[in-house]
Amino acid sequence: MRIPVFLCSALLTLALTSTAQAFCGFYVAKADAELFNEASQVVLVRDGNRTVITMVNDFKGDVSEFAMVVPVPTFIEREQINVGEQAVIDHLDDYTSPRLVEYFDPDPCSPSVLREMAAAKSSDADRRERRDALGVTIDAQYAVGEYDILILSAKDSQGLVTWLNENDYRLPSGASRVIGSYLKQGMRFFVARVNLERQASSGFANLRPLQIAFESPKFMLPIRLGTLNAKGKQDMLVYTLTRTGRVETSNYRTIRLPSNVELPVHVKDEFGDFYKAMFARQVSDANDRGVFLEYAWDMSWCDPCAADPLSREELRSLGVFWLDNNDARRPAPGAENVFVTRLHVRYDAEHFPEDLILTETGDRQNFQGRYILRHPFKGKPSCGIDPGYQAALAMRFEAEAQTLANLTGWDIQEIRNKMPDYTAAPKPEPWWKSLWNRGGSSSGR
Amino acid sequence: MQNIDPRHFQIISLSLFLGYGSLWLDIGVQPVQAIAIVSTALFTQWAASRLAGLSRFDCLSAIISSLSLTLLLRTDLLSVAIVAAAVAILSKFIIRWRGKHVFNPANLAIVVCVLLFDRAWISSGQWGSATLAAIVMIGLGVMVLARARRFETTLAFLGLYTLLLFGRALWLGDPIAIPVHQLTNGALLIFAFFMISDPRTAPDSVLGRTVFGCSVAVVAFVLQFGLHKSGAPIFALVLCAPFTPLIDLMTQGVRYQWRREHLSKGA
Repeated sequence: MRIPVFLCSALLTLALTSTAQAFCGFYVAKADAELFNEASQVVLVRDGNRTVITMVNDFKGDVSEFAMVVPVPTFIEREQINVGEQAVIDHLDDYTSPRLVEYFDPDPCSPSVLREMAAAKSSDADRRERRDALGVTIDAQYAVGEYDILILSAKDSQGLVTWLNENDYRLPSGASRVIGSYLKQGMRFFVARVNLERQASSGFANLRPLQIAFESPKFMLPIRLGTLNAKGKQDMLVYTLTRTGRVETSNYRTIRLPSNVELPVHVKDEFGDFYKAMFARQVSDANDRGVFLEYAWDMSWCDPCAADPLSREELRSLGVFWLDNNDARRPAPGAENVFVTRLHVRYDAEHFPEDLILTETGDRQNFQGRYILRHPFKGKPSCGIDPGYQAALAMRFEAEAQTLANLTGWDIQEIRNKMPDYTAAPKPEPWWKSLWNRGGSSSGR
Repeated sequence: MQNIDPRHFQIISLSLFLGYGSLWLDIGVQPVQAIAIVSTALFTQWAASRLAGLSRFDCLSAIISSLSLTLLLRTDLLSVAIVAAAVAILSKFIIRWRGKHVFNPANLAIVVCVLLFDRAWISSGQWGSATLAAIVMIGLGVMVLARARRFETTLAFLGLYTLLLFGRALWLGDPIAIPVHQLTNGALLIFAFFMISDPRTAPDSVLGRTVFGCSVAVVAFVLQFGLHKSGAPIFALVLCAPFTPLIDLMTQGVRYQWRREHLSKGA
């Protein structure tokens, strides 16, 4: 049986998928619709040259058909590989999600964007002879959790591609060239498959995230293999946890998404659609070449919180190794010297020819995707109808409608039609109406 | 027209980039910081000129250094921005060899701040790689260089760097889109046309400037692809600058003055 190779596009991961099947998808429960459902998720912990990468395994399908091929910059020992917990990544996703906040004139309310993820399945493989003739070396072979892992190096890419093909990995066309480039850059390949027996006895229904810790000056995410046979653009969410400040890409523009804007209240029921449309428009405004900042925050707090900050234990499970050196008096949850960045990139080979090179900046300014709904006062005003408030509301609604149209490209008239309060708001009377205190009605002649 | 100081054109070009970067690209320029950098640089220039006994207060170079700093150095702390401006200007007065300052002021200040402070960094990706913007940058750069009549450093740097990038892609079997993407980086072009081209710190002879431009290209390439350092060209220039006096000793040329009639030892 030929096994399609799924590569989560991450630091050292490249996910090739031969089908359009989602590998790392996530959904916005609020809108009850799939949002960026082909997004892969990667968590990168980085300090100095030390990196811990967690690749979320969201493969949906027969576990026996799962395989992951990831270029890594160094040899990886058994102790450098771990199987993580999906729940921690779900928590990180919730904590950093773009959020909708509601204010009731004048009372505030709170956010909501929920995400849930599905998981993955995959299969086992075999490997043997011929590899010497092909110049392929199995540097190491490990059993980690439900995974069987190989660390491969090769003299040339064609030998490696032939070996992978002969061992039932189905690589897309063009893979040889890219693999050759990585090999010449001194990288090795981390290949993971699922051991069905161990997976069955592990008791976990879904495949858990794979984690690798290594030391290398390279701070990058190999995305090139993943673009080879992708149908159209792919989404990827990159979460980084660093000691100093925000992370950005040094070879592509990192762009802050529009935030802190007031939107019509009906967006509450279609927040998923709104966010998707806004993101698509931002991508196109950046000529399809932007990497978007969705969240950048000191992990010790949040405001408003889409979810509580991650606990020290959770952070450590993701690989935040420097917490060990802290004194234990730090308040839990939350750690004071962990800065989280959430980047969202929609990429394809044409617009992202090069791997993502990342760099940690000293920027500790907080940023979040925050969208505001302000509900007008619904009760009966004790002082009667205040024309000033009504006029201000009409202006506010119009501004909100314009903002929504600008951000999403939606038809302004349709937006206005969805805003009953807008049409209901009485227009201010012409200034001359009360000029001479005319009572009653008059008719034109 | 021929007597107009080319620095005027440089100031106009850099100001245009600053406007474009701030208004369209959101490169993270904070107006307060920009003002602080310009005022610190001007004050330092004035004070240092007086201390050094110079009769003339040369504000143009200080403004250019300020604009370069504002464009290429990022920090979220006002104090770091002020230190950067002061370091840039003071370096011109302190680090000198045979009447010529060794380092490009803004270049040295960026490197010093990035190395000393956690909260300072270089955002080389923030200029994107739009082709149109690249053409405009090149056009303006060429205009300034034509005025200053000093093309060689930029040409040598960009020429060799381009060769190295394409050579690397060829060796790796990478598509041509990769070196093209690397070359159209806005920060790289600003560096090539407005920083390494600085006629006051470049070697005096044509040969010297060519050698210097090539050296910076090689060092930048090694830093970028061997050591995976971000903002590699900026570090490469600082590393190569101390060799300028040596290059000047070995090659003979005419010292550059911003205006021919002003042949004093101005900083």
